[in-house]
Amino acid sequence: MTGAFIPLDVMASATDTGRRPSSLRVLWRSTIGKKTVMAVSGGILLLYLIVHMLGNLKIFAGSTSFNEYAEWLRVFGEPALGEGWLLWVVRVVLLTAVIAHIVAAWQLSRLDIRARPVKYAHGRRRATYATRTMRWGGVIIALFVVWHILDLTTGHVNPLGEEGRPYENVVATFSTWYGNTIYIVAMLALGLHIRHGFWSAAQTLGVNHPRRDRALKATATGLAVALTVGFVSVPIAVMTGIVS
Amino acid sequence: MTLMKLTLRIWRQAGPDEPGAMTTYELDGVSPEMSFLEMLDTLNERLSAEGEEPVAFDHDCREGICGSCGMVINGDAHGPERTTACQLHMRSFSDGDVIDIEPWRAGAFPVIKDLVVDRSAFDRIIGAGGYITAPTGSAPEAHATAVPKEAADLAFENAECIGCGACVAACPNGSAMLFTAAKVVHLNALPQGAPERESRTREMVAAMDAEGFGGCTNVGECATACPKGIPLFSITRMNREYLRALRKG
Ligand code: SF4
Ligand code: FES
Repeated sequence: MTGAFIPLDVMASATDTGRRPSSLRVLWRSTIGKKTVMAVSGGILLLYLIVHMLGNLKIFAGSTSFNEYAEWLRVFGEPALGEGWLLWVVRVVLLTAVIAHIVAAWQLSRLDIRARPVKYAHGRRRATYATRTMRWGGVIIALFVVWHILDLTTGHVNPLGEEGRPYENVVATFSTWYGNTIYIVAMLALGLHIRHGFWSAAQTLGVNHPRRDRALKATATGLAVALTVGFVSVPIAVMTGIVS
Repeated sequence: MTLMKLTLRIWRQAGPDEPGAMTTYELDGVSPEMSFLEMLDTLNERLSAEGEEPVAFDHDCREGICGSCGMVINGDAHGPERTTACQLHMRSFSDGDVIDIEPWRAGAFPVIKDLVVDRSAFDRIIGAGGYITAPTGSAPEAHATAVPKEAADLAFENAECIGCGACVAACPNGSAMLFTAAKVVHLNALPQGAPERESRTREMVAAMDAEGFGGCTNVGECATACPKGIPLFSITRMNREYLRALRKG
């Protein structure tokens, strides 16, 4: 029914010479553009998470080594740059990525919900678990990040909260039942989020291809499992006394 | 041949702004050879005879090529088989089944009556760029424009879209990405579509967004429901085309 029908005014609009809004504007206004913003910001956050997770594993090298590493994170970039400069650059990039990711997700979700105002009477489960939990999983991860910063960056809610002793603070958090629960639940949500998010980003950026699909899905699963296992290994190590 | 007795629960809505509800009908003597629409015809004959309003549904060719028919059957757009509702046969069901029949549900596809929805949003997306500009008149020499085999295959695969709207109906976000992608990929693949490649992509995506369809979250339900097998990768291609079009300004 929609196949070949071309209204006449279309021909006229093809010759319009009106000024077009800038590409960036068009990008942000379109659904595909907002998804591109989500894909790129998600990619930045994913890179950060990989580095973060690998850094966390230093905890298995003992208190001195871990605390020295944590101290180095504060000063890296010196002496070319001032103390903490590079750290702040990283923080600003991450914060920008987080805000862009959340704002785009929020706006897209509202559009999506409005596009299906009446639900089916005969509902059925659509999409995989990882896909269905993107929104709530994202909310869980965002809440976790707030807690995580208050716990281990500023120390406000840490049971020990001693500055300059991150190793001991980590052990203190994971010696509480709630610390372990919050952390492990959030890391499982993170794994699921990455499982769908990584592949979905490849779709959105148009880099997926029938011949590449399986490899991309396998990479997504691999990254999700590696990050979840890597992160969760720390509370497990504290719980089992490997790290104390 | 055993005839079936079915319980049908059908969305009845008298008009665009009327309230609607699922209404239950018992239907006897359904043969497995009937198409799904013939089954509904049988019900409608009875309803007419009883002085009731028959169930309104769209249909035309009844051979799976026009894209007019379409209804959500037990939660699946076009029902359990990968085909159109008119090409679905009652042998896919068994005696005693309860079948829920609903219209496409999307903000951009308002219900007109019962199972009939207004799909003119699709026409406006096509109108925004789903065409090529070419001089009309006598047919051009067949060898004047060479089309590489790969491009021809890709174009054919995507040209199969019949505009039924099952992709929108199946998508949890009511997104029209698969439909729009089918046309963008079809025309952008061909040399005849090249002059308008960027503007087509930009305008069709803008028209799609303006109609209030949702965004793609890569669930894949559209491609599963599509009776013509338009692949999910067409969406990937359209995303690539869109970003390319924006880079070109
Ligand atoms: S893409 Fe498939 S499901 Fe969507 S309108 Fe075209 S034929 Fe129908
Ligand atoms: S009536 Fe034409 S496709 Fe079903």
